[in-house]
Amino acid sequence: MKTEDLKNTKEYKYGFTTEVENIRSPKGLNEDTIKFISNIKKEPKWMLEWRLKAFNRLKVLKEPDWQKPKYPKINYQDLYYYSAPKSASNKPKSLEEIDPKILETYKKLGIPLNEQKRLNGIAVDAVFDSVSVATTFKDELTKKGIIFCSISEAIQKHPELVKKYLGSVIPLSDHYFATLNSAVFTDGSFVYIPPNTKCPMELSTYFRINASETGQFERTLIIADKGSYVSYLEGCTAPMRDENQLHAANVELVALDDAEIKYSTVQNWYPGDEKGVGGIYNFVTKRGACRGKNSKISWTQVETGSAITWKYPSCILQGDNSVGEFYSIAITNNFQKADTGTKMIHLGKNTKSRIISKGISAGNADNMYRGLVDINKKALNSRNYTQCDSLLMGNKCGAHTIPYIKNNNATSTIEHEATTTKINEDQLYYCNQRGLDQEEAVSLIVNGFCKEVLQQLPMEFAVEAQKLVAISLEGSVG
Amino acid sequence: MLHIKNLEATIDKKHILKGLNLSIKPGEVHAIMGPNGSGKSTLANVLSGKTGYETKGQIQYNGESLNDLSTEERAQKGIFLAFQYPLEIPGVNTNIFLRTSLNSVLKAKGEKELDTLTFLKLIKEKAAELGIDEKFLSRQLNVGFSGGEKKKNEILQMKLLQPKLSILDETDSGLDIDALRIVADGVNSYKNTENAFLIITHYQRLLDYIKPDYVHVLSNGKIVKTGSADLGMQLEKTGYKNLI
Repeated sequence: MKTEDLKNTKEYKYGFTTEVENIRSPKGLNEDTIKFISNIKKEPKWMLEWRLKAFNRLKVLKEPDWQKPKYPKINYQDLYYYSAPKSASNKPKSLEEIDPKILETYKKLGIPLNEQKRLNGIAVDAVFDSVSVATTFKDELTKKGIIFCSISEAIQKHPELVKKYLGSVIPLSDHYFATLNSAVFTDGSFVYIPPNTKCPMELSTYFRINASETGQFERTLIIADKGSYVSYLEGCTAPMRDENQLHAANVELVALDDAEIKYSTVQNWYPGDEKGVGGIYNFVTKRGACRGKNSKISWTQVETGSAITWKYPSCILQGDNSVGEFYSIAITNNFQKADTGTKMIHLGKNTKSRIISKGISAGNADNMYRGLVDINKKALNSRNYTQCDSLLMGNKCGAHTIPYIKNNNATSTIEHEATTTKINEDQLYYCNQRGLDQEEAVSLIVNGFCKEVLQQLPMEFAVEAQKLVAISLEGSVG
Repeated sequence: MLHIKNLEATIDKKHILKGLNLSIKPGEVHAIMGPNGSGKSTLANVLSGKTGYETKGQIQYNGESLNDLSTEERAQKGIFLAFQYPLEIPGVNTNIFLRTSLNSVLKAKGEKELDTLTFLKLIKEKAAELGIDEKFLSRQLNVGFSGGEKKKNEILQMKLLQPKLSILDETDSGLDIDALRIVADGVNSYKNTENAFLIITHYQRLLDYIKPDYVHVLSNGKIVKTGSADLGMQLEKTGYKNLI
């Protein structure tokens, strides 16, 4: 296979490009592009209408600009909205039909799609640019009635579920990027867990941006029916390029009565080079609805990549006694910027939310925690606990915390704690004196700082995430 | 083992060590005493390779110049500093820290690193020798430890890493008599003909338990007097005044 390994792979080892022949939509954002996407995916009419409705809405929406990290204006007419390897234009029915180059790509990324290699018993959906190229362990899951497939497939095979839940958490008209996604989304994962079923394995989606000048608009929908449980993990990488690429995903989660969804993200999009050239704009809308009583949604994110990360995985706590959690590590190095946090909207009685955010800034980077805790007047006896810790490395980086807190009843409690610390030279010296070199020392201290979040990750990924944390900060001290 | 010649050190334009000479042979215990501000801790820092100091002069360690070696290289070559104020590292389990540290040293020596089980067995033995409760090893490194616990942890690390030259920087400060005895026993049990100790202290107290071969008086950045263990006792009575 001909893949181009870039020299600088010490900093970003996923920066290679796979040479595959692509099918692309014409450039530009217009009705024709949307029809092209819908057509190539053989979508039913209702789906196209839904997309066009979103597109019409988009015309009157304005791109938000209240965020801290500013970026040059994006020319939406100069992007491709659909790009897929030619070989995947008809979704391969088995692994044998997948382009070996793509299989090789995933192998190189450490994601074996070959079920023979049942690594850790994790089912994987692999999304390459705009299409899902493979979903593993389907048969085993089907036996339990679990649906795990690409969203494109779900639109065709499970329209009743998609119609019922798509856009039910992130409405069509929500905000600019979410609406853009609704109009042009290409692929992503779909999960449905039937009542009283515990999903027997971790489900995961691996997103790979490969093509240039292409936006990735992923759409994921997870529904946990009454009394069910699922743990889902997504991972992301992209090649190194000088241009900035847009990734605007929408992720919707729905948890019905007594159901629990655990959603973990290890985001390692290309962050740009040391001077801040290139990198992904990761503008993502993630929202979960705890629709049923006693339901629970837990977001865990490890954000180490992207030039700009801008997202607030949120929970709408509708059901009485429902629980929302947000555990986050956001690492920014060099010229990376992050404006991330969560929203916890308490609507039901006795609802609880817990926010643990760890922001780490190095180099010239800027890291912002922005969060909303909103307790409705009917959400009696609700509780929130928030802890925001920032760690600074060096003198040129920044850390900011903006919590918005609204409590509209007298029976609820909100706690907020925040700390900002600088990585301590004496701690490093102490570690060095015990024989640890600078990078081992930083990794140890930072992993200690992030511990409460790392331990939320599924075991299989925790070790990987620890390494990623260390790699992201390599060379940032001393 | 260690030969220091005309060592000078300056930090933030303050000239602290002003031509210090000292030689230590394997098997020896040297005590450095001296009033506040005489440069005792600076000597410990400079020997361990702490950054921020401008230094002049020679430090030879086992026939090799230390001047260009980093802190971790010195540590890996067997120089250990028991800190006056051991650092807290939140979120880092004491066991994990000790294992990472031991494995870094073993790796640098070209020896086999220890797996978790072997390590745990070893550390339990060492902790028991010092009367350290096992629970203490699963706590975050030095976080919430009492002064005495922190110092015992330093001695535990010394016994684990098996350094050739151990520098104890006021390890006795803030210790009650029982803790002092444990620390001293730890040192005495580790002492042999191969390794050496440099004990920095204000008081004779620790030297009642660890018998030094030499006592040096450091004043204004230089060693002004060297004697046997008796010198320490004499200082306890007369103070530094007559010497300086």
